[in-house]
Amino acid sequence: MAALLTIAVFSFMYKDNPLYKFAEHVFVGIAAGYVVAIEYQNVFLPNLWRPLTHGHYVLIIPFVLGVLMFSRFTSRFNWLSRWAIGLMVGTFSGLAIIGFAQGDLVAQIQANMVPLRAHSLIDTFSNVVIVVGLLASLVYFFFSKEHKGALGASARLGIWFLMVSFGASYGFTVMARISLLIGRLLFLMIDWPASFGIQLVR
Amino acid sequence: MVIDYFVPHPLVSGVGETLQQWAIIVVAFAYVLGVANIARISGQKISRRSGDWLYQFPLLAGLAFMMTIGVVWGVGERTLFNDFYLYAYSPMQGTMFSLLAFFIASAAFRSFRMRSFEAALLAIAAVIVMLGRVPVGALIWDKLPVISDWIMNVPQMAAKRAIMIGAALGAISTGLKVILGVERNYLGGE
Amino acid sequence: MERFDRRYIFLVIFIIVLFPLIWPIKLPIRVSKEAMGAYEAIDKIPPGSKVYFACDYDPGSMPELHPMTIAILNHLFSHDVKVIGGCLWPGAAPLLEDALNKVGVQKFGKKYGVDFVNLGYKEGREVVMVSVGRDIPATFPDDFYGTPVSQLPIMKGVRNLNDLAMIVNISAGYPGTKEWVQQVQSRYHVILAAGCTAVSAPEYYPYYQSGQLVGLLGGLAGAAEYEKLVGVPGTATRGMDAQSLGHLAIIAFIVLGNILYLYLKKKGKLTRR
Repeated sequence: MAALLTIAVFSFMYKDNPLYKFAEHVFVGIAAGYVVAIEYQNVFLPNLWRPLTHGHYVLIIPFVLGVLMFSRFTSRFNWLSRWAIGLMVGTFSGLAIIGFAQGDLVAQIQANMVPLRAHSLIDTFSNVVIVVGLLASLVYFFFSKEHKGALGASARLGIWFLMVSFGASYGFTVMARISLLIGRLLFLMIDWPASFGIQLVR
Repeated sequence: MVIDYFVPHPLVSGVGETLQQWAIIVVAFAYVLGVANIARISGQKISRRSGDWLYQFPLLAGLAFMMTIGVVWGVGERTLFNDFYLYAYSPMQGTMFSLLAFFIASAAFRSFRMRSFEAALLAIAAVIVMLGRVPVGALIWDKLPVISDWIMNVPQMAAKRAIMIGAALGAISTGLKVILGVERNYLGGE
Repeated sequence: MERFDRRYIFLVIFIIVLFPLIWPIKLPIRVSKEAMGAYEAIDKIPPGSKVYFACDYDPGSMPELHPMTIAILNHLFSHDVKVIGGCLWPGAAPLLEDALNKVGVQKFGKKYGVDFVNLGYKEGREVVMVSVGRDIPATFPDDFYGTPVSQLPIMKGVRNLNDLAMIVNISAGYPGTKEWVQQVQSRYHVILAAGCTAVSAPEYYPYYQSGQLVGLLGGLAGAAEYEKLVGVPGTATRGMDAQSLGHLAIIAFIVLGNILYLYLKKKGKLTRR
């Protein structure tokens, strides 16, 4: 079944066809059903139902909030879901503020305080490039003033650093995509024949 | 959540812990809501006979089947649910993502153009990194992996850090706007 | 050029990637310092310690990340380190189970509940991460099989991440490494090593340089490097030949495409869309 579905999806490479469309829609259905079953077994039962039925009655509050989420399907009562959405958005916003401030802002600025004169020439050069690169890239994102003169030159330098980073990201993206293809081909060449006791490749 | 980070008093951390446990439960319901919406839209397509309405039947059948066997018989090892995960869900998702390799190759040939100095800089960095990260790069020139590592750890890292700091400032301000009630789009366009 | 049938390009890529999988070239793999950082951090863990293994990926990223998971579990179990696994992606729990069984049970004869446990999946993303840092049994009251964690010997004495030696995170995106750094490493100051897809890897280099990550494995190449370090060549090592040729093909396409573009531009044969 796995191999046939793999080939059905690969058939899209030739052209869009009913076999691919069928596989695609079956996949969406299975993925959606999978999520519901997993949520039920791994979240609903252990974190809500069992504690609730064993005396933790305060959990009735998130249970009701969760059920109220489904009011979004009605036009008259969809305002009831705002309580649940508010809880979720508030919690995540609070965590995001702390996470970004501590993990990304403070820690990264601290980490950029590198010595501009290091033990070796290459380390010194690298540290200077790091500091200059960060400042130039940040200047590029400063849009409160027109990019002219010294500011414009710094912004231009920042663009070059950003282009290098985008190029590196592109290179890594290519690596990722090719890896995914390798994975499926290894399945078709090794795992699938092995299930019939056939060794197709060494 | 913000106060919980700065105030270690049990009263505050107790409330924080409780809210986190409640959020876990409510988010799970949100996931199920999303799936219910998929079913609703599929049902609408069938009733209106619109677009690819015939394909909604296998979609709904797959959804109902997977949900039923998972809820009724469990999701652990040696269950029918796990078998369908291994032999249907897993290979199809893997193959869908593997199609991207073909598209990136096609895009590289048809769309990747070095029309300016910046584009050329992007291309050169991409080529050096692509070669430096794989064994064949060291065969072509033994310094290539070293240069690739330097690009990743120095200029690339500096630019990514700048993006990170900018994004962090944006996320903090958006978070504050949400908490203070300035930003209310998530409630549905008020 | 837009009229050029892209299916020829698809065919070329298919053949170029398939060829070394059938006839391996066995190109030598070079280990990066980011991979070495992860290896050395795990190597330092005293035997008998416990590690939180955060498995945050699904079958879509399996080719890149599952070999990493297998290689790292090989390293952990060979050092008698106990593994507490948890997942934040719905599709991750069975993959973690597969890896734990293949390596822990079949190769090292480890016992479930004593030497390792799969806590399964929990929804909540950053909330779950912070909650795990505070109280693991409250976040995961049952394991993947529905057994209360209080009944499992491995969970004795484990309240939160401070009771564990380090966190190893294998992630395919959101929620993943970035959130573990922001919410857990920054908050609880735990040792964190990460493996991620090649797409995400470049954005985590600032975390590695700042020391928030002690090691970083990026994509299939990172997995192959770790396999070399632990001496257990697997799927990633096998795939690196195909990866090499695939990269050469893409570079050739870029160069050829640009040469053709310049030639057609010079000839005035380029038509505007």
